[in-house]
Amino acid sequence: MATTDKNFVTSVWDMFCSLKLTLFLLISLALTSIIGTILPQGALPPEYVASISTTKLQIYSKLGFFDMYHSWWFITLLYVFSLNLISCSIKRLPHVFKFISQPTLILGEGVRNSSSLKKELVFSGSIDHAKERLVAFLGKEFSTPVITEHNGEYHLFAQKAAWCRLGVYVVHFSILVIFVGAIIGSLAGYKGFVNIVEGTSVNAFQRQNGQQMPLGFEVFCENFNVEFYSTGAPKEFRSILTVQENGKPVPGFSKIKVIVNEPMTYKGITFYQSSYGQASEGSEHFISVTPRNGGAAEKLSVREGAAVTLKDGTVFKLLEATQEVRQFAPGFSGPAARIEVTSKGSTPRTFIAFKNFPEVNAQRGDALIFGYEGSTAKQYTGLQVAKDPGVWVVWLGCALMVIGISVAFFMSHKRIWVVVTKGHARMYGNASKNQAAFQMQFEDISEKFQEIKI
Amino acid sequence: MNSSMLFNVTTFAYLISTVVFFAFLASKNKAVGIAGSFIAYAGLAAQTVAIALRWKESYDMGVGHAPMSNLYESIVFFSWTIILLFAYIDIRYKYRIIGAFVVPFALLGMAWAQLGMNTGIEPLVPALQSNWLLYHVITCFLGYAAFAVACGISMMYLIKTAIEGTSSSAPAGGLMSMFPPLKVLDDLNYRSIMIGFPLLTLGIITGAAWANYAWGTYWSWDPKETWSLIVWFVYAAFLHARITKGWVGKRAAWLSVIGFAATIFCYLGVNLFLSGLHSYGGGAK
Ligand code: HEM
Repeated sequence: MATTDKNFVTSVWDMFCSLKLTLFLLISLALTSIIGTILPQGALPPEYVASISTTKLQIYSKLGFFDMYHSWWFITLLYVFSLNLISCSIKRLPHVFKFISQPTLILGEGVRNSSSLKKELVFSGSIDHAKERLVAFLGKEFSTPVITEHNGEYHLFAQKAAWCRLGVYVVHFSILVIFVGAIIGSLAGYKGFVNIVEGTSVNAFQRQNGQQMPLGFEVFCENFNVEFYSTGAPKEFRSILTVQENGKPVPGFSKIKVIVNEPMTYKGITFYQSSYGQASEGSEHFISVTPRNGGAAEKLSVREGAAVTLKDGTVFKLLEATQEVRQFAPGFSGPAARIEVTSKGSTPRTFIAFKNFPEVNAQRGDALIFGYEGSTAKQYTGLQVAKDPGVWVVWLGCALMVIGISVAFFMSHKRIWVVVTKGHARMYGNASKNQAAFQMQFEDISEKFQEIKI
Repeated sequence: MNSSMLFNVTTFAYLISTVVFFAFLASKNKAVGIAGSFIAYAGLAAQTVAIALRWKESYDMGVGHAPMSNLYESIVFFSWTIILLFAYIDIRYKYRIIGAFVVPFALLGMAWAQLGMNTGIEPLVPALQSNWLLYHVITCFLGYAAFAVACGISMMYLIKTAIEGTSSSAPAGGLMSMFPPLKVLDDLNYRSIMIGFPLLTLGIITGAAWANYAWGTYWSWDPKETWSLIVWFVYAAFLHARITKGWVGKRAAWLSVIGFAATIFCYLGVNLFLSGLHSYGGGAK
């Protein structure tokens, strides 16, 4: 029984160490990841639910397809992936260390014959003298050799950048570091959202799961503004924020400009410009009414949705107002209101009254000209709130990965052996990567090698 | 002379170069091959000037930014990089015939950009106003171009094995004698991916860094992000396939072709078929 147990353990271990499993995992991860890019993830839009059959919906939900990157089977794949990575490293790293610390000092006959890079030098001097000359030569042209005497021959071994064989393991390790960073972030970090009306402050935000969470300080929004290009495309969304503690502004965090791509961080919590809107509740709008036949303008103060009857019996209603009309009425800008006017005895008419275009206002209405004069309405700025203490671990992993890949791909462990026997010396070379480049270097050295007079 | 005219000249040069390279395949005449290369280089020169000019023109318009801000500009840069890499392989390794399988990719890109897309210079919307845009786009597209070259080379590998069989000793006659030996193709494929893979890795990392900086989330499984990861998995599989018994050669070449198909889907398919945060592809008419 003991032997079968052992066989079983060994075969499981071998499976976790195998590169075939790596290929299987990489391809499985690639294929399964596609599902989440095709099916909607998270809260399902009602149109989608209506468009597929109930059985399909149930099966997909059971399989976790609507949150697939957090489903048990995807996480399991990632665990097996990590195990594969760790097992492979445990199995191979000792060999690599041994390879680096105990290099092949003596080149066997078989390797010599199959070596593609070799050069021979014939000499007439003594073997010891030749050895001295060649040691000096290698030291000067390549790197200081180790000398071993074997069967009456001298084996000189010189190498460069043996450590770069570890590059691959740095890459693999970096993947685990990134996983650790992601796990820290998911356990100790959070994400959320907050809206702040201009001129007010908040001391809490809403987490993704809907909970309110205290910030531990207050954020005051001094002002929010949108700028546009002349084409009408948005140019800048800008909030001016002040951090307050105990009602007082925190030095260095007063009137900070927050725009898209320039967030603000305080006490590890970062605020990102993300959306905006109008806080219209309870605000007053001002409308000017000017008789066309001359006479004093009248200024009305109204609320959205409210109707007002004017002196001449005209009924006037403010439908909606905006502080920036550009996206609704191309070619115009600034504040504007959509109003409905019902002159006595006629049907209601709706039109837009502008603040900045009185001449356009004058073309509308009959006996009365309506203009919009702005409002006490405030905008609110929508900020994404996030804290992720694991992010530095992730960046560390990324840095390791880039370094590791550079070493693994662009550096090479180069080795040169010179076997000195009576009457001749033979030089052999080998590189772990980029053979072509090493071949040129080897040929360079060979030329000088053959010119040595002993 | 403005950038738009020069881009037309570029497209035309790549068209002629492609035709000449096909003639080279048919005629096996060395001089024809040299002509193919030089026409491609002329296109590359025109395109280099055009890109610089477009950059300058954007500043003249008062909306100055590097010409890498929308689908049109990215495709142009992608084509430029493909020809640049081809020039490198042509000069360094002297396997000119690869042009017949690589220049067409650049031609397709330029033709689609010039004929099917809105070529106007646009101001940057707030989401794109960041230096990260430049780092991210440059690394990604350099990587994509290397994969395009690898795909062309892998196709040559697969064609050659299909016609000759894997035995390298077969007396290569006809068209196949123009192709580099299988070993060389396999090696060049690996070398191209060795350039592409680190760049894609950097592209994904700079993208994550930017997302973290702009939104506070370095990874949100947005379709574009996920597809770039899928591409990364495929090429990681390629790298490991080469050192696994039974996966060398043909299967590795297939992985390279599949990897490039996934790359193209990541680049275009995601914009055309899936929705997400990278609505960057809105430039297509
Ligand atoms: C389950 C996961 C993985 C396992 C078990 C694994 C295992 C291995 C092994 C055993 C080698 C050969 C090392 C040698 O030459 O001695 C290797 C090479 C390599 N691995 Fe991985 N690997 C995994 C995932 C990855 C991933 C995701 C990457 C992505 C960056 C990667 C990048 C590399 C690179 C760049 C090489 C060098 C390939 C070459 O030199 O051509 N590995 N891997």
